[in-house]
Amino acid sequence: MLLTPINRNYHDFKIDRDKDLCINCKVCVRQCSYQAHYWDENRKKVMHDNSKCVGCHRCEALCPTAALNIRQNDSEFRTNALWRPVFIKNIYKQADTGGVLLTGMGSPVDIPIYYDKLLLDASQVTNPSIDPLREPMELRTFLGAKPDRLEFEKGKDGKPILKTKLTPQIQLETPLMFSAMSFGSINFNLHIAMARAATKLGICYNTGEGGLHPSLYMYGKNTIVQVASGRFGVHRDYLNAGAAIEIKIGQGAKPGIGGHLPGEKINAKVSETRMVPLGSDAISPAPHHDIYSIEDLLQLIYALKEASEYRLPVSVKIAAVHNAAAIASGVVRAGADIVVIDGMRGGTGAAPGMIRDNVGIPVELALAAVDQRLRDEGIRHRASIVAASGHRCSADVVKAIALGADAVYIATAALLAVGCTLCARCYTGKCPWGIATNDAELAKRQNPEVAEQKLINLIQAWSHEIQEMLGGMGLNSIESLRGNRDKLRAVGLSQAEMDILGVKHAGK
Amino acid sequence: MTKASSPKSGVKKAAKPVAKAAKPAKPVAKAGTKAVAKTATPGKAVTIDAAGVYYKQLNERIREAVAAGAKEITLVNVNGQRYIADGVAAEVKFTIQGVPGQDMAAFMRGPVIRVEANAQDGVGNTMDDGRVIVNGLAGDVIGYAMRGGRIMIKGDVGYRVGIHMKAYKEKLPTIVVGGKSGDFLGEYMAGGVILLLGMFTDKPEDPITGRSLGTGMHGGVIYVRGEVPDYQLGPGLHTQPVDETDMKMIRELSEDFATEFKVSAKTILSKPFVKVKPFSHRPYGNMYVPA
Repeated sequence: MLLTPINRNYHDFKIDRDKDLCINCKVCVRQCSYQAHYWDENRKKVMHDNSKCVGCHRCEALCPTAALNIRQNDSEFRTNALWRPVFIKNIYKQADTGGVLLTGMGSPVDIPIYYDKLLLDASQVTNPSIDPLREPMELRTFLGAKPDRLEFEKGKDGKPILKTKLTPQIQLETPLMFSAMSFGSINFNLHIAMARAATKLGICYNTGEGGLHPSLYMYGKNTIVQVASGRFGVHRDYLNAGAAIEIKIGQGAKPGIGGHLPGEKINAKVSETRMVPLGSDAISPAPHHDIYSIEDLLQLIYALKEASEYRLPVSVKIAAVHNAAAIASGVVRAGADIVVIDGMRGGTGAAPGMIRDNVGIPVELALAAVDQRLRDEGIRHRASIVAASGHRCSADVVKAIALGADAVYIATAALLAVGCTLCARCYTGKCPWGIATNDAELAKRQNPEVAEQKLINLIQAWSHEIQEMLGGMGLNSIESLRGNRDKLRAVGLSQAEMDILGVKHAGK
Repeated sequence: MTKASSPKSGVKKAAKPVAKAAKPAKPVAKAGTKAVAKTATPGKAVTIDAAGVYYKQLNERIREAVAAGAKEITLVNVNGQRYIADGVAAEVKFTIQGVPGQDMAAFMRGPVIRVEANAQDGVGNTMDDGRVIVNGLAGDVIGYAMRGGRIMIKGDVGYRVGIHMKAYKEKLPTIVVGGKSGDFLGEYMAGGVILLLGMFTDKPEDPITGRSLGTGMHGGVIYVRGEVPDYQLGPGLHTQPVDETDMKMIRELSEDFATEFKVSAKTILSKPFVKVKPFSHRPYGNMYVPA
């Protein structure tokens, strides 16, 4: 056993099978795409290999007798505040393979979550609170550049007519959108579910950088098409298919690096949509190689506007990094109609762990800094701001809007709605929940109609909660909340943090 | 892919006074609307005078002419206007007198463009189909992520040419450079063909290509006339001898080039060629370990 790796038994999870309850029905064997469960022919019973378990809970959820529990492996190293088990295990893995540590989904590390330190206001006595069940409550949001001023002229009947030509806008019935998850990173069943849910909800979903399958063009009014450095599936019809075009400069989960969709995930339909060969890696370079400056970004923004004849707003998505405010100012001056700030807690189909867990800043700080900078420079109206990364509930959304966002992109929450358990193995293409996989057998675990309904339910529930919170604050439209930081108070934050967030401490 | 020739639904009003003030640094129309080109006949052949016309108005004129069914459009007095023929999907032939600006033929599908001068950066950015002939030299980032069609530059080109070109099914993008190229030619190339001749150059002393040719390429092929030392190539790449299939492609491209620029195909083909191909379709496939 000389060649046995030292970390063979240092796995993260263990499968707890209740022998009295287990009926050896093999559901777990069929459900586990990592072969953690198997049928032992000699013993005539279902067995398992803990080292293969990724902690996705698929078997546990589907076990007909509830015989399974997936637990953290409770084997412990000697307690060490510096050398925590995750570092020890990763070193063993890298010593074995020489590989870069690959991860999926958003960062699990303990980065401050400012939303948890911000509390909302409510009306008492004066400025009475409003009940959204009996009074109108406006959540409709328009994304796009707003004019410097409005000019009117007198019409023939003496009534004023708007003279100013308005620039194109995206109309959202609620300030939420499904964020970019490319077809390829997730499968077609979920793309069609997002497209239909967005259409029924009157919001938008984002194609991500993997192109748009022709059968989804019919949902174009509720689609934002993305242009990233690999330009997969980007052509004039694609650019003109949606309600807006988004240039992806950066992603919160992996600022500064590109993407590799592994060949395993490129099946016939993905190949057709991305317009790349079957089975070959789809590589997105780290930068757009036609954008090395703000001037180059301006050039691409206007190339896209020309190609879409100025009918569509152009959005630019950047990762929240140290100089986000200055970068966003440049982006707006380059002509972007929408700026997306993607914070470091954002999800991903695949990112090197070091990047995901160490690069970038939390979205709350970047968002507040960008909003303030654009206001200070008098250009806040020239672009809408969309916040993204790790918005877990409607209160996070309300806080983001109070910090200055016009709308919020959700993606991890949308995947959770359809069953994701954050096992973070999206890059293997073996997602047992049928989400981050293009394996036909696994993908059919997602029924598009069911997924669509779950997404609709989630957005409707959040929207209702947002209305309740707004009403409680005595506001009757989401407009009145945007950048209204007086509705926020901080608990337990330093003066520097409160200055950046632009909020007072609770009690003040 | 469903609506190759449908007229656009967009609003097309004449230049409005409120429209974003023309940015300085560009050839600015002195008299705004008045300068907007004179059209000969809106039928088959159209001449548009670009003198002093801002790019936005010029491109509006071009789109109108294409929508009206023009088959040959001559642009005269072009002086740096950007985005010419961007996103145009039609069978139309452009002749450009003067130097067109950045991002000409971006997202273009179908037209033939002949530039009787030099071109700037970004020619054929993410181009889908069509043909661009530049009878001069061209700048950086030519044919970025192009998926189909052909770009032929008679002279030298700048940096980052042909990055992330990709072929798909019947689409095979091709770039022929008559002169020499800067660094990163064909970087991240995922498909298609680049032919580098190094012949019609203003830089006789320079090597035929800059550093890092083909870095990260995972598809397609780069042909070079003569030799290129391995140290000019990206990591893991080597030049290889060409075979008969390669020569068939090289001959076809050389003859096309020779016809367009009235030079001798025989002279082009009189020297041997080498090729650079990816060492893997998955150059970064084994880099990772699950955390």
